[in-house]
Amino acid sequence: MYPAPFEYVAASSWEEAVQALTRHGEDARVLAGGQSLVPMMSLRLAKPSVLVDVNHAAEARIGTSNGTVEISALTRHAQLERSPVLASSCPLLPEAAAMIGNVRVRQRGTFGGSLAHADPAGELPCVAVAMGAAVHVLGPKGERTIAADDLFQSYFTTALEAGEVITGASIPAFPIGRGSAFVELARRAGDFASVMVAVVVDVDEAGERWTGVRGALGSVSDRPVDVSGELLAFAGEPAGAAVAAEAARRVAETVEARDDERAGALYRRRMIDVLTARALETATARARATRES
Amino acid sequence: MGKRLVRFTLNGVEREVWVQPHHLLLHVLRDELGATEVKYGCGEGVCSTCSVLVDGESVNSCLMFAVQTEGRSVTTARGLVGKGEALHPLQESFLQFGAAQCGYCTPAMLLRAAEFLAENPAPTREEIRSAISGNICRCTGYTKIVDAIEAHASGAASVAQQASEHGAV
Repeated sequence: MYPAPFEYVAASSWEEAVQALTRHGEDARVLAGGQSLVPMMSLRLAKPSVLVDVNHAAEARIGTSNGTVEISALTRHAQLERSPVLASSCPLLPEAAAMIGNVRVRQRGTFGGSLAHADPAGELPCVAVAMGAAVHVLGPKGERTIAADDLFQSYFTTALEAGEVITGASIPAFPIGRGSAFVELARRAGDFASVMVAVVVDVDEAGERWTGVRGALGSVSDRPVDVSGELLAFAGEPAGAAVAAEAARRVAETVEARDDERAGALYRRRMIDVLTARALETATARARATRES
Repeated sequence: MGKRLVRFTLNGVEREVWVQPHHLLLHVLRDELGATEVKYGCGEGVCSTCSVLVDGESVNSCLMFAVQTEGRSVTTARGLVGKGEALHPLQESFLQFGAAQCGYCTPAMLLRAAEFLAENPAPTREEIRSAISGNICRCTGYTKIVDAIEAHASGAASVAQQASEHGAV
């Protein structure tokens, strides 16, 4: 199996990429890491007549400014995994990135590509929603920013319009008192997950109660499911195993879990309960640790 | 979609090849350049048998187009040792422990082990298992592969001595 022939265009800037995509229309696709697109092309599930290679359109970059972490679209998953900046200011991202595919996939796969691909079983879309990321886009009409929750519309479907490319994203840097956890259930190492849970909690100065909590589930629906509302109901309670269990149960009861080849709906629902409780306890312990040091 | 000339270094030697954009690096390496140590296993990037190093980083060659290697260096398992040299100590270790049966996964296992040990020279057994978790083997059940990598990493007194302790031939 190998891809059908296509015309190859190398863009040396985002502007060039947008121009090429606009010029060639619907039949053109962006080639970034290629770790999701090329398998689809080899399986003939995708047959773009033009590939716009953006690997030299911009640099990989991770930085912070004014309490915001900025990540460029061409940052590779392996770079997210190893970044000391993210380890201290946005640890949910390296924890999730480490679970993507295998080591070779992570060397090439990109942050922007993963978001644009919008696989419901993708780790990065899930944590982008959990953290309320703001995704930066460039298109023929100029720049705009899309909230992560608005970006992912359905299976492999985003709010990107014709000719638009993702150039990066901004995520609030973790203040003291914030902790996160990413938990994934998959049948084999590197497999797509059956269930993913990403949570971010803020604890008060005494480390006793949640003052804020956000969360998202992945692989349970056609897009990441924001469960921050369900979790927020438990803010103000003494944060502990009992509250984590109750919050997890509420999430599992509320969310519609899909039935598919990876897992049945009933099993998914049960695992959402188990994994959410675990993620909440881990995130809370990490949040407390920031208050202690 | 006409052919274009791509120039890159393969195992230290400069090569030139005419390719069309849709030609995968995997097929160009095997069919045009005789690098049959690079294997087609799944064509989807999950089995690792197609792995090569591009500028020192391991990638799935089934998911890269040859045109993307212009001006870069590509290393295969054959590039672990120089021409005419004795086997790499990792290869010796694999032989001593019987870590290959059909051998299909072996070039990629050696490449992965070499890459991993360069980053983590003194790994635990669990770390080795995790490091090769993306390398699929249908024959061996992985145990002897892990043994061989562990023995090489621990720089045992002699690989042969370790092998006889483990009961290998």
